[in-house]
Amino acid sequence: MNLPKDLRYTKEHEWVRVKGAEAEVGVTDYAQGELGDVVFVELPQVGARVAQMKSFGTIDAVKTVGDLFAPVSGEVVAVNTDLKDDPSLVNQSPYEKGWMIRIKMTNPAETDALLDVNAYEKVLGAHA
Amino acid sequence: MLETTTPLKRTPFHSRHLAFGAKMVPFAGFEMPIQYEGIVAEHRAVRAGVGVFDVSHMGEIRLKGPGAVAYANRLVTNEVGAIPDGKAIYTPMCLESGGIVDDLLVYATGQERFLVVNASNFEKDIAWIRENAPADVTVVDENDATAQLAVQGPMAEEIVARVYGDRVRSLEFYTFLEFGSGDDWTLISRTGYTGEDGFEIYVRTPRAPEVWDRIFQAGRPALIRPVGLGARDTLRLEMGYCLYGNDIDESTNPLEAGIAWTVRMDKPEFHGKAALAQVRASGLGRKLVGLILDADRIARKGCEVTHQDSVIGVVTSGSMGISIGKPVAMAYVTSEHAAAGTRLDVRTRGHETPALVVPRPMYRMGSVRAPKPRRTE
Repeated sequence: MNLPKDLRYTKEHEWVRVKGAEAEVGVTDYAQGELGDVVFVELPQVGARVAQMKSFGTIDAVKTVGDLFAPVSGEVVAVNTDLKDDPSLVNQSPYEKGWMIRIKMTNPAETDALLDVNAYEKVLGAHA
Repeated sequence: MLETTTPLKRTPFHSRHLAFGAKMVPFAGFEMPIQYEGIVAEHRAVRAGVGVFDVSHMGEIRLKGPGAVAYANRLVTNEVGAIPDGKAIYTPMCLESGGIVDDLLVYATGQERFLVVNASNFEKDIAWIRENAPADVTVVDENDATAQLAVQGPMAEEIVARVYGDRVRSLEFYTFLEFGSGDDWTLISRTGYTGEDGFEIYVRTPRAPEVWDRIFQAGRPALIRPVGLGARDTLRLEMGYCLYGNDIDESTNPLEAGIAWTVRMDKPEFHGKAALAQVRASGLGRKLVGLILDADRIARKGCEVTHQDSVIGVVTSGSMGISIGKPVAMAYVTSEHAAAGTRLDVRTRGHETPALVVPRPMYRMGSVRAPKPRRTE
């Protein structure tokens, strides 16, 4: 399983790429594998406010549906519109082409609560 | 949540599933493959080429003895008595209330009837069948002794003929061949649950792994592939085929489920006949319909169906219609909203998603040799 070391993670299987005041968010390789073929990702509009560990959208796979949780609070400044045409990008490229939203953080200190790759691996270990 | 105190059963194809990289899940007491490379790819492989499903979890029961044919015909709603040898029949089996105990295939083999029931209902079914059996009928549990593969898709005939010879080519839809005895016993029927042409192959457990290997050797490696329960569900849903536990159960009857053609009121007697006659006389309050959603959001089992903000039904099955290109669902809706072309809404996680009532099957491009139902009501 692919777990980039430079990302932060949530126990709900989102990843976060912090770039200055912005946080790019998607779901992990583990999450896409468990969900199976993703057929629809419902995302907020640019300008929407999201709150840490509150739902910001949903992800429909063929067999099941899951909530997406915001790893940090802030304003949505970009949405990956490619996912509308090809939701399977989440399966094919969870950390790159399958990114979901970018959040302008209102409280960057919230990233302290996120997991590093070692802590996230422990979360996954508990699932195994 | 599945609560089990006994370990999950494995089919004789377990090691083959692992070799193909299957994701295994608990299902009806078995460890079964939900998918291999992915539901979408597997679904498309069956529509375009050929796929092989391990359906060994299905339950096999044989009725023997002088009264077997007459008893089978009393157990189920469709005609399984006066049918020729070599014919298979799809039928519900009802309680006296008209509620559906299970839906099954009945194979006419001489003076015996071979019944194939849902895995999740096997224990209930065999108890019901034994409880009602007259003294001149023997009920034989062949479940553990029998393995089953479904080979489905437009290329299925080519593959199965390479393994079993040209005799399978002349099988009509819902007929079968049975040959061999002991461990070599084999039953091949032209049946399936996908909307494509195909065969269901029953063999004895000790011979099962080599049958799997012969089928995969006969298929061009680029073409044939194993298909899991995930795609089995999306394929059957596009065809509007009922899934027991979702679309039908003991609280539903075959008339409202849209399978009235399986209820033969001209039979002198069968379990549930009086109740179903009453239902027919008083009219149906609700009907199971096909829905195509006009959105990307998927309707799931339990979603409410509304008309002008009033709840008029509930979704019983829903997924992506992979070959249709839109989410599809089945739902019980009040009869006045059940006509094809009716516009309804489905409540999907807080959204009102527009949906159109469509005739079943929702997918109409399949290679299945489905005859028109002989009796529609």
